[in-house]
Amino acid sequence: MADTLLDIRGLKTWFKVEDGMVRAVDGVDLHIDRGETVGVVGESGCGKTVTARSVLKLIDMPPGRFEAGQILWQGRDLIPLDQGEMNKIRAREIAIIFQEPMTSLNPVYTVGDQIAEVIALHQKLSPKQAMAGAAEMLRLVNIPNPQKRVHDYPHQFSGGMRQRVMIAMALSCQPKLLIADEPTTALDVTIQAQILELMHEMKDKFGMAIMLITHAMGVVAETCQRVTVMYAGKVVEEAPVEALFADPRHPYTQGLIRSIPRIDRAVSRQARLESIQGTVPSLLNPPAGCRFAARCKYAMDICTQGIPPLKEVAPGHRVACVL
Amino acid sequence: MNRQYIIRRILIAIPSLLGISVILFGVLAMAPGDPFEELATNPAIPPEVRMALRAKFGLDDPVWQRYLHWFSAMVQGDWGFSFQSRMDVDRLILQRLPVTLIVIGASQLLAISVAIPVGVLAAIKPYSIFDQIASTFAMIGFSLPTFFTGLVLILVFSIQLDWLPFVYRADINATGWAFYGEHIKQSIMPVVVLGLAQAGTLVRFMRSSVLDVIRLDYVTTARSKGIGERKVIVRHVVRNALIPVVTLIALQLPAVFGGAIVTEQIFRVPGIGSLLIAAILANDTPVVMGITFVISCLVVLFNLIADILYGWLDPRISFR
Amino acid sequence: MAGSTPVSLSADAPASPQLAVQPRKARSISPALETWRRFRRHTLAVTGAIVLLILVSGVLLGPYVWPVAINDIDFAAKLQGPSLAHPLGTDDLGQDLLARMMYGGRISLAVGFAAMLVALTVGVLVGSVAGMASGWLDAALMWLTDLFLALPTLPLLLLVMYLFRDSMKKVLGVEGGAFVLIVVVIGGLRWMPVARLVRAQFLSLREKEFVEAARALGASKVRQVVQHILPNALGPVIVVGTIDVAAAIIFESTLSFLGLGFPSDVPTWGSMLRDAKDYLDIAAHWALFPGGAIFLTVLAINFIGDGLRDAFDPRRVL
Repeated sequence: MADTLLDIRGLKTWFKVEDGMVRAVDGVDLHIDRGETVGVVGESGCGKTVTARSVLKLIDMPPGRFEAGQILWQGRDLIPLDQGEMNKIRAREIAIIFQEPMTSLNPVYTVGDQIAEVIALHQKLSPKQAMAGAAEMLRLVNIPNPQKRVHDYPHQFSGGMRQRVMIAMALSCQPKLLIADEPTTALDVTIQAQILELMHEMKDKFGMAIMLITHAMGVVAETCQRVTVMYAGKVVEEAPVEALFADPRHPYTQGLIRSIPRIDRAVSRQARLESIQGTVPSLLNPPAGCRFAARCKYAMDICTQGIPPLKEVAPGHRVACVL
Repeated sequence: MNRQYIIRRILIAIPSLLGISVILFGVLAMAPGDPFEELATNPAIPPEVRMALRAKFGLDDPVWQRYLHWFSAMVQGDWGFSFQSRMDVDRLILQRLPVTLIVIGASQLLAISVAIPVGVLAAIKPYSIFDQIASTFAMIGFSLPTFFTGLVLILVFSIQLDWLPFVYRADINATGWAFYGEHIKQSIMPVVVLGLAQAGTLVRFMRSSVLDVIRLDYVTTARSKGIGERKVIVRHVVRNALIPVVTLIALQLPAVFGGAIVTEQIFRVPGIGSLLIAAILANDTPVVMGITFVISCLVVLFNLIADILYGWLDPRISFR
Repeated sequence: MAGSTPVSLSADAPASPQLAVQPRKARSISPALETWRRFRRHTLAVTGAIVLLILVSGVLLGPYVWPVAINDIDFAAKLQGPSLAHPLGTDDLGQDLLARMMYGGRISLAVGFAAMLVALTVGVLVGSVAGMASGWLDAALMWLTDLFLALPTLPLLLLVMYLFRDSMKKVLGVEGGAFVLIVVVIGGLRWMPVARLVRAQFLSLREKEFVEAARALGASKVRQVVQHILPNALGPVIVVGTIDVAAAIIFESTLSFLGLGFPSDVPTWGSMLRDAKDYLDIAAHWALFPGGAIFLTVLAINFIGDGLRDAFDPRRVL
């Protein structure tokens, strides 16, 4: 496809710990097209964040290492690139914002300094011009009084405001892809909506693609065009957002969708909010076969024998399940 | 950084100084017998001097009054008379203090300029060969008692190699460059002994502080911005890692003064450390008290400076 | 505040993001065994433990193997280097250095352990009281702790030795008086880190679920402390205690080296160095053996402390 921006193929990012290898990401395929918003969902510890950080090579190596796979950015594999080449892609082409706005900004520099640092570096501007650019970015993300606020320190901003600063910083070089790693998880519910709204607005303005990592299916339904569901380091289902919600194929996806609280169903007493029994298996010594088998109510003998590959069940809808 | 913060720190330092003076006085007051009893047996001291001293220290007043007398005398610089050196204690200490401060200052500079780069390099590649060597040497430096390092250096550089003098001389018969050259030459060993002991501790502080900072989210943010690794380390890791290290350096100060006393004694550097030992061995109580008081004040003063530096390094602090 | 920059001295540093993916241990091993397993892997710490063991058994059992008096004066054999008759040589009075070293080692190690016990006792006591009590008592105790941290230890130690030495000698005898005085004063000036640590552990553990559960079940305060909080604070306290032994040994040797520790006729490692320093040019061995012994002991103990610190810290990744 000509307009594929990012194409992750069979990525394995493992971590060496004292007792062996943690297979945090264990064969992930994922692609993002130009201008598209793709959701990556799954429970905590399923490898979403490691996948996201792998794209920008923000994994500490050691203990982490790329065991296999490719990360193709506009057709060019990022894995063999050295630091210097990676630094030309970071922020300028792919930017990232993190879950914790409270800790993602360096407390000892003003927010203006931190935004201007990126602008000055990638756009070769003088410090003064870069600072003006930083104020302009703060204005774009709707921070009141930006000319004055650039000189404030992160601790003078609230959580939601800091996430706006992070977005301003991420977008200051007009990247083609914004990776948002649970950008609203740490925020109050009302602020969450504002941040999602802001990301929408910015996407319209800059036309970048977004990889939205979240564990909230509701957020996915509202914002994404396509969804990738991850479980225990692997992709279990991938589909356009309507198809996924209308016809979830993988038992894990079905469980995730059923666990969304819904006003229209909660009226009846019988329909209790469902949860998925059990916990994510150890990624240190993952079970043979389908990793969801132990928690799956449809599990059969063949499920524990081999790992089912992703197969296409409808156009753009692929599932890793024997059912 | 604002003036209010500095004033607040100064106001906090005053009770510490008072507390320390209470402890010092307490030790003196609790000491069995008359601290000036020794003077009675010393034929060089006329009894009227001893009586004057007793009266000045008001040895028969209630304890709190004696403390107030003692403390106001200390604050006014009226520290008594040294029978050993036959001069006022304050003048004697002021005479000796600069040498001590120069030796301590130079050794701290040496320690900091060695320890910070080494600690940072060790931490950015933890468990690497460099880290293991650096950590082992830091541990050795940290475990070597200053008096033993001093003797070993004398053995190697003065006795075996005959490169450096092992006795510090205040009266050097030279002028111009040669004068400074001799001074530097005789200062090398004391400064190195004191500096290396500090560097060992400091490398460990710096390494663990960098290790703590390097995994924080904002460092990942900095990396994601595409700034080079060097700049990430210097601007976003080292700058932040220094904040707790400043406090730790301040906490080390009492140990630094302890090391200085031993070092001065070994190399016979004419500072307040060797003066303290000489005074103790000669039962020169006013000098002992004066020096202990001065060192306590210096520790409080440097702690205050460290606090102010801390506020300057960490913008969150001065806003609180 | 979140995002501050803690140094590892703090009781609860946040886990690194990578570790979030680390699963719980598949096999269940008891914490003590797990700690031992991690300690064993720390080569330098194990080496330190072996060296310390050799040193301790050497100074304890050595005198039975080498029953030479510490004060046998033999001017004919003065300032001799190591030989068969005197494995570590002799001093200026021809006294056997090996015998004197073993005697001095006993003193150094005894002072180290005793001072550590004093420091731990005071520290745990102050820290627990400050950690349990909140409000003014906590604030006052912590102010006192900070105050003691700012005290210049060595000058104060010298001052106290100077002022109290003679009267202690009258009460407890020459050696006993010096020993008690040195131990109490070193311990009394080294308790602050323990107190801070115990208090920090209290503050972080006080709110943890299992302590709250115990509280909900009506456990008394003392019971909470003894049964639930102290065992959890044990690891870091053991580490600090280990390092305190080393620090106390250095302090004792420093005092003896300066001539203000044990009386000059009692051979300690520090006083031997003091006597030897004027003979460096003709009898270097006299200074090198006791100096090396102090260094080796302190280094071994510090490495053990390092190994324990790593072993008690489960956050470590390879």
